[in-house]
Amino acid sequence: MSLLRSITSGLRSLLRKEQVSQELDEELNGFLEMAAEEKMKQGMSRKDALRAVRLERGNLEVTKEVVRSAGWESFLETLWKDLRHAVRLLGRSPIFTIVAILSLALGIGANTAIFQLIDAVRLRTLPVKEPSRLVTLQLADRTGIRGSQASVYPTLTNTVWEKLRDTEDIFSGVLAWGSNNFGLSTGGAGRLAQGLFVSGDFFRVLGVQPLMGRVFTAADDRRGCGLAGAVVSYAFWQRELGGDPSAVSRKLALNYHSIEIIGVTPPGFFGLEVGRSYDVAVPICSQAILWSEGTWLDEGTVWWLNVMGRLKSSSTLAEANARLAVISPGIFNATLPSNYPAENVKDYLNFKLGAVPAAGGLSWLRTEYSDSLSLLLGTAGLVLLIACANLANLMLARATAREHEFAVRLAIGAPRGRLIQQLLTESLLLALLGGALALFLARTLSQFLVASLGTQGDPLFLDLKPDWRLLTFTLGLASLTCVLFGLAPGVRASRLSPSAAFRTTVRGVTTSHRRFGLRQALVVSQVALSLVLVVGALLFSTSLHNLLAVDAGFLQKGILITNLDLFRFLNVPYAGRVAFKRDLLEKVRALPGMVSAGEVGTLPLSGGGTENRVWIEGASRASGLDTWFNSISDGYFKAMGIALLAGRDFNVHDTLSSPRVAIVNRSFARDLGLSVYPIGRTFRREATPDEPEQSYEIVGLVENTKYSSLREKSGPIAFLCAAQDSQPGPYAQLVVRSAMPMSETVSNIRNLVAQVSPLITLDFVPFENTIREGLIRDRLMAKLSGFFGLLAALIAAVGLYGVMSYLVARRTNEIGIRMALGARRRDVLSLVLRKAALLLASGLILGAILSVAVAQAARAMLFGLNPTDPVVLVAAIAGLGFLALLACFLPARRATRVDPLVALRYE
Amino acid sequence: MADKPSDLVQGTLDMLILKTLALEPMHGYGIAVRLEQMSKGVFRPNAGSLFIAIQRLLRDGLIKGEWKASENNRRAKYYMLTDQGRKRLNSETREWGRQVAAIARILEAS
Repeated sequence: MSLLRSITSGLRSLLRKEQVSQELDEELNGFLEMAAEEKMKQGMSRKDALRAVRLERGNLEVTKEVVRSAGWESFLETLWKDLRHAVRLLGRSPIFTIVAILSLALGIGANTAIFQLIDAVRLRTLPVKEPSRLVTLQLADRTGIRGSQASVYPTLTNTVWEKLRDTEDIFSGVLAWGSNNFGLSTGGAGRLAQGLFVSGDFFRVLGVQPLMGRVFTAADDRRGCGLAGAVVSYAFWQRELGGDPSAVSRKLALNYHSIEIIGVTPPGFFGLEVGRSYDVAVPICSQAILWSEGTWLDEGTVWWLNVMGRLKSSSTLAEANARLAVISPGIFNATLPSNYPAENVKDYLNFKLGAVPAAGGLSWLRTEYSDSLSLLLGTAGLVLLIACANLANLMLARATAREHEFAVRLAIGAPRGRLIQQLLTESLLLALLGGALALFLARTLSQFLVASLGTQGDPLFLDLKPDWRLLTFTLGLASLTCVLFGLAPGVRASRLSPSAAFRTTVRGVTTSHRRFGLRQALVVSQVALSLVLVVGALLFSTSLHNLLAVDAGFLQKGILITNLDLFRFLNVPYAGRVAFKRDLLEKVRALPGMVSAGEVGTLPLSGGGTENRVWIEGASRASGLDTWFNSISDGYFKAMGIALLAGRDFNVHDTLSSPRVAIVNRSFARDLGLSVYPIGRTFRREATPDEPEQSYEIVGLVENTKYSSLREKSGPIAFLCAAQDSQPGPYAQLVVRSAMPMSETVSNIRNLVAQVSPLITLDFVPFENTIREGLIRDRLMAKLSGFFGLLAALIAAVGLYGVMSYLVARRTNEIGIRMALGARRRDVLSLVLRKAALLLASGLILGAILSVAVAQAARAMLFGLNPTDPVVLVAAIAGLGFLALLACFLPARRATRVDPLVALRYE
Repeated sequence: MADKPSDLVQGTLDMLILKTLALEPMHGYGIAVRLEQMSKGVFRPNAGSLFIAIQRLLRDGLIKGEWKASENNRRAKYYMLTDQGRKRLNSETREWGRQVAAIARILEAS
């Protein structure tokens, strides 16, 4: 009530300033007159009476000011005045203003952008109803899991999911989904839609209501459902369907099948995987139609469905886990696949389902980039700190230049708080302008970050809409910086003695060095922090360089990957496929300029792979080792530039009816205890879901190569012959090396394939690109830390330059006297540079100690070097030192140009 | 804020102003004179403190002001107590009495 009154009366005096001020004048004048009349009645003259009243009751002009400034609105008024003053002042030194705002905007912007990513990846919960009650259901212990994993997340097979769905009584609902890309266009190689196979209850359990039309129900997802329609995301509806209000019941072409759209989900819902948005969702049962062969609906060894449950409001996570443990044996006993390898059957039957909280959804980004993002946030924080130190320094210099003005104002009675308020207003203005610009920069930067984290075929999606958390973060950061760089000059100015106003010389020989100390300390810390960032930048770029230079054992450049979709529309029975592929390969090899071409199952460094246990024929299984497997055709080694050390490549005589053969690498031969010449020896491979345990004869030995990542040590690999696969899949992946330019090879192959059959679709990607995609994180860290390091070094150099210029200006007289007394230019130069070197050296030493301590945080992300690599440290010190000395040299040279006569004239 | 050291205990000026206005509506100078008279010259508030206090009371809704002609035909702003102000005065007077009694007991204890 009284607050309301205070606000209204404050507003009244703000809006009707004139009237309120007049009333106050009149009232106080009345007061004065009445008091004076009283005195005059006692016989005083009017003049004496007025004087006496003033002595007794205080100066009325001052009273007016005091009364006026007692209300809160007067604070706003002075703030407004200060703001206008600050704008005028900043406008008068545009270079300072631009440098200040830009450095703040870069600092705050970088922090905001990285925070935005962290927020989206790590802090936010899923955009669904009550995300905190969602749990992921997964195998509690994955020991003995066999078959293929179709997702980086913990998944279940469809048979296990169906059994779980039909028997569980713990949750208020369970849901499952599998990610899959669908071809969108009706013919030829087309664009892909990010697809989801979802269980019928998917949307209901999440509480996602359709924006238009309807979403699936349990009835839509039953075996044999055919094509039960598709639900599309808001983004897809906007992008592909132009936001058509009658989109529901329109047809969509998915994998060459026509599907009816039954509903659109609301804008906020992107799926349950942070980092990937969905375009189209279809029921799991539709896979039977959408995939013409090899569906996973009855596969007991393909782990592909992500499963979640919603806890009942009455039950806890612990209760759910206890109940899951009880029903697990029933589920796994009922679903044991007949092809499950015998030695792991016991493990399968012992599998237990467990529930873990899933409020944040699934995200490989979170696990993959958590450390990187934290490190980057720390780096950006340091940059901001350096920028603040720099600004504080510049503001101090400006405040020093205005000392005289402040002293005069103090002398005529300005309160000290008022001066601090004014200087803080100036900082606040800078900080807010910087913060506003930072929001724009952050948008661009975070979009760049998201774009550079994604890959061509698999774009990254993050919901980056600015929210209150982000705005709070930016605003908080801006205010914090404002206090950081604004307070010191303010407090400093208010400590001035009013008598300073009467000192006329600004640059005396005896200027206090005590006050200069703070600025020196700021510069030292700037240099120290910059060194940390420069060291970081060098560490990451060296690490990236090491990764690029590492010998993977095969050529990384000039190889073209060709992905062929051979048999999904071209009807060739299993028996004819090998011959068909061999025939196609022969034609490709006959193209002009061709060096070699071969088929490969698992592309090196793609991240995926198959690992099985092998042992020497006749020895025990326990004596064996786990080895990587790949499946290739002849010509692969030649195309990849992998040296065949002994034996032979595969050839046309290796067929389904001939003995199984393999080519192994050196590591395989060594680790299995075979001689340096293992040709002719035989090893056994454990049973897999697809094949029983069987023997392979080694026919060739090749050089070691990396398998799934550049970072790994070369391990044992066994290459099997693709022609000995009894059920070749519909797809084939070729590696092609040609002397011709890649673009020509591409069009040659395209023409060739079109002649063979128009039903084959294909696409190309240079091998180099896929390797690069494996190094995204390293490239990103090198790029960003390099950027931040350079920025920090530049800011520090600017700071050093400023302080040294100031120092030279302050000592102009001293230098003039020295020169008049016979000092040579060299002496003056060394006088100034000695000072600079001292500051620099302290900063570098401090920075070196900090770097050694901080660099440990990057250890896990570095390849081929130690975080405390001495070469890196020395290089960083030398680089930063050189830049800083250059910044000092300019003011130093100015000092040597001092004309003794001019310098002394003012003394 | 060049206040001469006032002998008034912090916050009591407000209470005293309320008390003077409890008798009859009065203008600023009248309040000052009345305070001086009633305290027999012990309190002589200067214009600054007085008008700040008046502003504060206005904003808190304890008094209200009105322009009227004064005794000698001058326009002056007269202040009067609101109902809320009267209540506040009563409660403050009671509280003051309690405190004074307590302080007196402490001082006499030795």
